Formats: sequence, structure tokens, C-alpha cells
Amino acid sequence: MPRIASELSFCDHLGACKARWGLGRMDFIVPPGLYAVGHPSAVDPVVVTANYKMTYDIIRRVLVGRNVWLLVLETYGVNVWCAAGKGSFGTDELVRRLKAAALAGIVSHRRLILPILGAPGVSAHEVTRRSGFTVGYAAIRADDLPEYLDNGMVTTPAMREITFTFYERLVLIPVEIVLVLKSIAVIGGVALLMVALLGNITAGFIAFIAYVGAVLSGIVLGPALLPWLPGRSFAVKGAVVGLLWSSLFYFFAGGSGWHGAVIAALFLALPAFSAFYTLNFTGCSTYTSRSGVKKEMRIAIPTIGGALIASLILLLAGRFL
Amino acid sequence: MKGFRYLDGVVTLRLDRLSCVGCGRCLEVCPHQVFTPDGKKVMLSNRDACMECGACARNCPVKAITVEAGVGCASGMITEWLREHNLGNMSAGNCCS
Repeated sequence: MPRIASELSFCDHLGACKARWGLGRMDFIVPPGLYAVGHPSAVDPVVVTANYKMTYDIIRRVLVGRNVWLLVLETYGVNVWCAAGKGSFGTDELVRRLKAAALAGIVSHRRLILPILGAPGVSAHEVTRRSGFTVGYAAIRADDLPEYLDNGMVTTPAMREITFTFYERLVLIPVEIVLVLKSIAVIGGVALLMVALLGNITAGFIAFIAYVGAVLSGIVLGPALLPWLPGRSFAVKGAVVGLLWSSLFYFFAGGSGWHGAVIAALFLALPAFSAFYTLNFTGCSTYTSRSGVKKEMRIAIPTIGGALIASLILLLAGRFL
Repeated sequence: MKGFRYLDGVVTLRLDRLSCVGCGRCLEVCPHQVFTPDGKKVMLSNRDACMECGACARNCPVKAITVEAGVGCASGMITEWLREHNLGNMSAGNCCS
């Protein structure tokens, strides 16, 4: 059985940093199976986790100096929460992995410790029925695991409460930027070309910068400023940062000299782009519901589309007025 | 959840109080403290805080809880919608793919 180190090396940190920027993110995995942290005996606890290496690294780091069995499930390099949502961090995989590792013959107790965020995929009573092991949902954050183990495996209310701090939001932003680079290149390129054909190449570049700024406002500023932006709707919050960007752009790019139609088009299109990208952040948030996002999209998507079409008409009309 | 609140009156979470056996699993797994103990059963005390993750329903041994759980990101839903209407995959990229 592999015995693993609890201290993270430079390579582990570098790998995590790269994954945050979308580099080799889907290959950042460890083989599933049973691992020994320290020198665990038959009475030591069993902690269950995903095989995304960033998750596995966080778990082994918090378990430093302890004797614990670590059962890593095959989640195909996906974190606990997303894997639980898809079902790969689930009842079937857990029962299968328990049997494959022959855990019943290794430990004398019958208790598994799972992350609370794994619960959407795991049915505790079903696991007990099929394997004889009971499931205890310990905490949301791995950082609370030592306290949980030290205080007789009791979950405090704070360990059960999900958060979405400034830092927790910030680390999600890089990969969102990387994922959107392709559409920035396509849409931005088309915008640049269109404006360049209609006006001149300088105007094309100005339009391109305006667009990229609006997208980045929606991806970076929306999530970063989330709790302080007005409204509950993510699209509204995005539109607000988009308006902020439009105003900044208007002042610093010499907007006072532009045609009225161009100014109107700018204040319609840019907030619309920002609104879309902040709306998309609902997928990363820790408190939005699918039904809520559906409701929001039914209003926001036609509004965003309408604003973009109106903006296009204004730009074209402005040419001939 | 402190400092954050999403739309009210939209979630699909339902609790059948008659079936509830008061095992407390839902209290254990809910990341938003939607349930509170109420005598020998639980009650929905903060329904609008639900994020529809489905943990409570999956861990309820008597199926007293129902909720339409699923991915809640806009691009994921647009991709789903396009697929349903046979328009192919035109999304820029999905974080969960």
C-alpha cells in the first residue's frame, strides 16, 4: 500500500497554480485507491476524498503528523463538489472502491469520514446497506478536518456552514478568463473587423478594447465585488460593473466627441456583455440554485440579446444619420 | 449564509413532514442550514437559502425530501438547451466539461 507524505513540495504548489490557470487541469490526478498517511493501524480513521490532485494535496496537508487511512475515489480529476453533482463521487464508486481496497479486512471499525460537499452524490444509508460501513459527513472545508478528528468526530455548526469569501471567489477567476479567451478572439475579432469596415481601423481597435474590457469586468469585477454589487440577480450585478466600465471607457477614450448613436450603442452593448459573464459565474457560486438561474436566464438572456441588437442597429443607423 | 442571498420563491425543494422520521441526516448534509429540528421531525425553516444540490434528498432514508437538483451555470444550461434543440455545441467552454 502506498504511504504518502503530508508535506507539499514545490512541484505540488506549481501544479496547483497551473491548474488554477487551466493548464493541464484535467490531467492533475492521482490514482484512486487506499493510501496510508503516517502509520495507521486497524483502529485509525478512514477519510474519503476525490482524485483531483489539488483536493488530494489539501487533504494530505491538513493530515500532517496523523495516522489516517485515505480512500481516494475515481472522480476523473474532478473536485468533490462537482464530482458529487455528476455522480462520480457517489454511492456506487464508494462501495466499489471499498471492496477493491478490501478495507473491511484492514480496519476493525466500520466508519467512513466524508466531506459534506460529497453528500449530493452519496447516499449514506445505501452505502451502509451495501457495505456495512457507516458514513459520517465531517465538514465542508478540509481545514476543519483536524479539529473534527480531535474533538471526537463532532461537527460544529461552523464546519457545516458554506462560505464564499473574497479569496474563495478570487481563485476561481483565472480559469474563467482562460475558458473565455476563444470567444473573446472570435467575437472581438468580428467586432474589430465590422467597425474597421464601417469606419476605420482605429475605431475597430477602440471597439475591441471596449469589448474586452466589458468581458473582463463581467468575469473579474462581477465575482470579486459580488456581495457589494446591488441586486440579487447575477445579471444585474454584471450589468452594473458593465455600466461602470462603459463610463470609464467613455471618459478615457474621448467619448464626448462621439456621435450620440455610438454613445448609446456603447452604453447598451458593454453592460450586456458584462451581464452575461457575471451571470455565468452562478455556476461557480456556492449559493445559487438551478431554478433561480433558470428564472434569471429567462429574463436576462432576451434582454442581453435585445440590447446587443439595439446597439448594432444604433451603430449602423449612426453611420447614415 | 452570511452576506449572500439569491432569488426568493424559486426553489423546488419539498419536505413531506408525514414521512419524516427525524433521523437528522438532512441537518448534517445541508450546507445552507435550510432545515431545523422540530420536535421529533425536521422543518423547512429557510427554504429560500436552498441551492438545490440534492444532498438532503439523496441522504433521506424515507424519501421525504424531493428537489430538482442539477448544474446551475448559465453556459451549461445554454449548452443543454442547444443540445435539446439539436443546434450542436456552440458554447465557448464549460467549466465542468
